[in-house]
Amino acid sequence: MEEIQKDIYKIEKVELLPVIMEKKNDKWRLLQICCAFAEGKYEVTYSFAKGYEIRNYRLVVEKDEEVPSISRVYKAAIFYENEMKELFGLDVEFIKVDLGNKLYRIDANVPFLKEEDK
Amino acid sequence: MPKRSIVPFGPQHPVLPEPIHLDLVLEDEKVIEAIPSIGYVHRGLESLVAKKDFNEMVYVTERICGICSFMHGMGYCMAVEQIMDVQVPRRAEYLRTIWAEMSRIHSHLLWLGLLADAFGFESLFMHSWRLREKILDMFEISTGGRVIFSVNKIGGVLKDMPKEMLTQFVAVLNDMEKELRETTSVFLDDFTVKSRLVGVGILTEDDAIRRGAVGPMMRASGIEVDMRKTGYAAYNEIDFEIMTSKDCDSYGRCQVRIGEIFQSIDIIRKAVAQIPDTELSVPVKGFPKGEAFVRLEQPRGEAFYYVRANGSKFLDRMRVRTPTFANLPSLTQTLQGCQFADVPLLILTIDPCISCTER
Repeated sequence: MEEIQKDIYKIEKVELLPVIMEKKNDKWRLLQICCAFAEGKYEVTYSFAKGYEIRNYRLVVEKDEEVPSISRVYKAAIFYENEMKELFGLDVEFIKVDLGNKLYRIDANVPFLKEEDK
Repeated sequence: MPKRSIVPFGPQHPVLPEPIHLDLVLEDEKVIEAIPSIGYVHRGLESLVAKKDFNEMVYVTERICGICSFMHGMGYCMAVEQIMDVQVPRRAEYLRTIWAEMSRIHSHLLWLGLLADAFGFESLFMHSWRLREKILDMFEISTGGRVIFSVNKIGGVLKDMPKEMLTQFVAVLNDMEKELRETTSVFLDDFTVKSRLVGVGILTEDDAIRRGAVGPMMRASGIEVDMRKTGYAAYNEIDFEIMTSKDCDSYGRCQVRIGEIFQSIDIIRKAVAQIPDTELSVPVKGFPKGEAFVRLEQPRGEAFYYVRANGSKFLDRMRVRTPTFANLPSLTQTLQGCQFADVPLLILTIDPCISCTER
């Protein structure tokens, strides 16, 4: 784990679930999960808050790489993960309730990715 | 064993001004599980960063929602200002604080009216909305708009409120406060109203944390967190108490929101008394490069803004996590075990804003 900016830590995929479990056991609440597509890779940022403290953990994955779901640890993740999957086409594995790209009932395929990135 | 049935609720329903659907699994009249479903009016406003430059995005973010439009614009501006290291003049920070608190008052009054309407108290609904009109009038006088205000810009604000206008606003709020005491006492003391709210839709402190609740929903579960205490805008110079309740039920949520209305009036009074005389904005040169996370307290709770900029006039990514989106998991929790007749009321107690959720 490496701090790349104040309160933003870059983590590897194998570190994700241990970090999530640690936050859960320490009673941090899931603030949000944000996906961005930059320089040909997905950046997934998991934000946690405890009181006014905030921690962001960033996972960078290749375009066709899968990301494990954290929805079995944090139920609130279900909506965020379905959103990332539907809007960005990020492959999130084993979401507890996988809505099958029907969260937003839109016809467009991965609308938040530019045409050249699809 | 009681027979289970699934009852679809929404997207069109008398208590829902905006579309959301719930599949309710019932055992007789008791809700066993609620599965929410959104996405009827998703607009994809965040993806407009590819077409609108970072200055035009202020107007796009304002259109995320018609109730907290001011605060959406403000949150976005704060994120870009953080990236560009822009120091906003103090008067602009105070003006933003005053408009933000006006937004909170009118949003909470809107919610109180809808709540009264949901439990069938029509005259209380009309009183709440009559009072709300006064705040909208104040918005119209100070910004020219009643829904979309367009007074935020990166680096400050576009319009000023002269001293006479601020004095007039404080006088209106003082008068309004007396009427508000009378109206809100019905919500808090009336036997019939209490019978619909007390002990209904329990969300414990642990559940609120596990489900990621925010805003009045979280504070009504006894958690003392209010993003204004982080000191953005002029909140670092204005003293106020965080409204909480230990009740963890619908009554507690009502108490917190009513408390916040009076608190907002008090904050506006203090801001008007302290507002410094400075510039309204600073010139912003160049294009943003970098990223920023900003959290601010909207009427419905903590909103989260993420902006990532690449040094050109178009941003790489702009994300808004709205309070209703964060409160949906808590809604499903409060619905578990409730009576079918309480479902509309419980949906309202999160103060749902679907246009925020479907940004």
